[in-house]
Amino acid sequence: MAKVIVDGIEVEVPQGASVLQACEAAGKEIPRFCYHERLSVAGNCRMCLVEVEKAPKPVASCAYPVMDGMKVFTDTPMVRNARRGVMEFLLINHPLDCPICDQGGECDLQDQAMAYGRDVSRFTETKRAVKDKYVGPLIKTVMTRCIHCTRCIRFAAEVAGVPDLGATGRGETMEVGTYVEKAIASELSGNLIDICPVGALTSRPYAFTARPWELTKTDSIDVLDATGVPIRIDTRGAEVMRILPRQDDEVNEEWMGDRGRFSFDGLKRRRLDRPWVRRDGRLVPATWGEALEVLARRFRGRVGAVVGDTVDAEAIFALRELMLRLGSPNLDCRQDGAKIDARERAYYVFNSTIAGIEQADRLLIIGSNPRVEAPVINARIRKAVLAGLEVAHVGPPVDLTYPHRRVGLDTDFLEGAARPMVILGRGALARPDGAAVLARAWELARPSAEWNGFNLLHLFGGQVAALDLGFLPGPGGLDLAGMLAGGVDALWLLGADGFDAARIPPGVFVVYQGHHGEAAAARADVILPGAAYTEKDGTWVNTEGRVQQAFAAVVPPGEAREDWKIIRAASAALGVTLPFDTLAELREQHPLFALRGLVRTPLPDSPPGEPGPISDEPFVLPIRNYWQCDPITRASPTMAECARVFAPAAAPALAAE
Amino acid sequence: MSEQPDSFAFDAESEAQIPKILARYPAGKQASAVIPLLYLVQEQMRRQTGSAWVPKAAMDVVAQRLSMPPIRVYEVATFYYMFNLRPIGRYHLQVCGTTPCMLRGAEEVMRACCDAAGVKGPGQTSADGLFTLTEVECLGACVNAPVLQVDEDYYEDLDYDRTVALIEALKRGERPPPGSTIGRQGSAAEGGPTSLTEV
Repeated sequence: MAKVIVDGIEVEVPQGASVLQACEAAGKEIPRFCYHERLSVAGNCRMCLVEVEKAPKPVASCAYPVMDGMKVFTDTPMVRNARRGVMEFLLINHPLDCPICDQGGECDLQDQAMAYGRDVSRFTETKRAVKDKYVGPLIKTVMTRCIHCTRCIRFAAEVAGVPDLGATGRGETMEVGTYVEKAIASELSGNLIDICPVGALTSRPYAFTARPWELTKTDSIDVLDATGVPIRIDTRGAEVMRILPRQDDEVNEEWMGDRGRFSFDGLKRRRLDRPWVRRDGRLVPATWGEALEVLARRFRGRVGAVVGDTVDAEAIFALRELMLRLGSPNLDCRQDGAKIDARERAYYVFNSTIAGIEQADRLLIIGSNPRVEAPVINARIRKAVLAGLEVAHVGPPVDLTYPHRRVGLDTDFLEGAARPMVILGRGALARPDGAAVLARAWELARPSAEWNGFNLLHLFGGQVAALDLGFLPGPGGLDLAGMLAGGVDALWLLGADGFDAARIPPGVFVVYQGHHGEAAAARADVILPGAAYTEKDGTWVNTEGRVQQAFAAVVPPGEAREDWKIIRAASAALGVTLPFDTLAELREQHPLFALRGLVRTPLPDSPPGEPGPISDEPFVLPIRNYWQCDPITRASPTMAECARVFAPAAAPALAAE
Repeated sequence: MSEQPDSFAFDAESEAQIPKILARYPAGKQASAVIPLLYLVQEQMRRQTGSAWVPKAAMDVVAQRLSMPPIRVYEVATFYYMFNLRPIGRYHLQVCGTTPCMLRGAEEVMRACCDAAGVKGPGQTSADGLFTLTEVECLGACVNAPVLQVDEDYYEDLDYDRTVALIEALKRGERPPPGSTIGRQGSAAEGGPTSLTEV
């Protein structure tokens, strides 16, 4: 530890820390553009100048290591003058277009110019202009605004692992870009917008739509993958304007995948905003009363229920309670048919935790491509790889953005590892020998009480909660395949769009409850319009088993309602009224809702799955098209454009609308 | 970018050089060889096309050879003016315009280049494709200012007439011996050495 005195305040920081970190420890705010705590230090903006005793000139605090007994001054005439000078140079070529800039109001340069900028410019020569670059459908560039902090270059190379950005030319002609025009093929590209301290990189879908100060901010959770990235939903009136990540060092650090960030325009399209009832073979609009009446009359006999991948825990719980009261054990939440063993929680969560990836020394990924299944987790793996983690991969060849070996399931790769880690893709269980794959993965991970490196990587935000709540076949109950094989007369699909609705036998009465009209809704006999994740207070459990709370940012469109309320109303119509009238009363019924944050899972005594022969069939990755894999993203024009640009082969042809 | 070739491959002469260059750098640090390799590309292009420049396809080849992202090669190639990213004339006339040369008549040298080579100005190539004229910063030969660098050769102590004569000679396909054009020995004083005369 080194003792540093910052403006008379004594702080202790580790040896090797920078002066800037010492200043922050002392509570002093240091202006900066190029410095970012999660990127390497560049030291090229010079905004963080401070005065150090006995140093002949101001030093760039971000790149200056502390020494024991160092005296730092952050607010002296010398410091202020130096920063004013730096600011004047930064503004020389920066256009004065804040009124039409989307960064306006949340711009580091704007804020810091308030403190260190001159009121008028002394620069009488002509400003340079830089041609805008095309870097893909998500990021809008106004490169004249760029101040060459190189944060985007470092993010692309270090975190995203897609080193496409660079600074070409020199001096006055230096430009940040890709040199050869190309879209930045990263699932994390939206983060470039967040880290750009000026308006050079802004969100293309959000361009010219809102100002930050007119937005209402609501905390929520991204459910479009299983990482459980905490998000902030910015709304104006009844419209979601944009989605930004919040910081959680244990989950996302501060990154977020593009799918969760940019797909919200899908929430405004193809929505189910009123109940529908099938009459004479055609779906016709109906009132809630009519829909519930038909439901109460026809949802009888051998009934079953399937929940989808992005449903909140409250709705799952309510539907399970309803089915139990109807006496039906036919429940399933595994639309992909994954052979998940839910006897113990440790069998189906990400036991080592996301932050724990950095403690592992060897990682075996089985049947998964975390780059598209959980880009933020992949970024964490990449971070660990750069720090020494070794990775091997079982499955078809994939570009993970970091070096890895390709091995088979009979590998001895993890032998000898102090903290072995296995990431088993949920897709690897969705095959006939899934139970054997599960058993083999557990065996390879060698979990112990001190270190459990067995991790199941789920695909969507609602999957773990459904398992936690036991939305699985009860004693004698049928699973999805059994229900689709003619085992039921009536089927309740709660946001279940993950399987082919054509597999439902004719004659089965189908209730579809959800927010988007897709194939499952088209097959339904009664459609109950529900709320999307931005529209309800809900509890979500991420792949680690972290219980997270989300709040409603907007109201559901039209006559759509929160899902637990729909189920509660249906229960009354079916004559088995559920014993809760409010969300709070519902949450009292199950201990899951009392939990917050990461719920540690003890190591079970026995292994999961069934050891058995594993076929030579290669693993099939469940997500081939990152941008379009659930009803919300499939309805999103932004995601459709991304799929067209980045994955033309995987994207379906656009239907004529 | 229409002049960009679709592909590039090192020829046998360049290939023979590459292992020698790579051997200069420690294992795992091959990316350090990016500048020598770009020079190799430029020389090969001079041999093959008569125009010493670095096409984009060649930068990609260099990136692949050195296992580095292509953008890192583009960054280096665009940073150094010594790499020509567009085709140039057969002779690259590089007039030093920095203060000592300017005071000693660099502007006359520039004018002579324009007149004799038929080039409109700095950054231009003559209509016959023989000459590309560039104004460069200090070439480090201030003692013998003004200086004109033709490809890799320095011609020093120039004035208008001697520059014209030099360019006429180049046009005839000759290569006058590089160095001072007034017979100065190395960078000794004009009219002969004044010290170390015994050496």
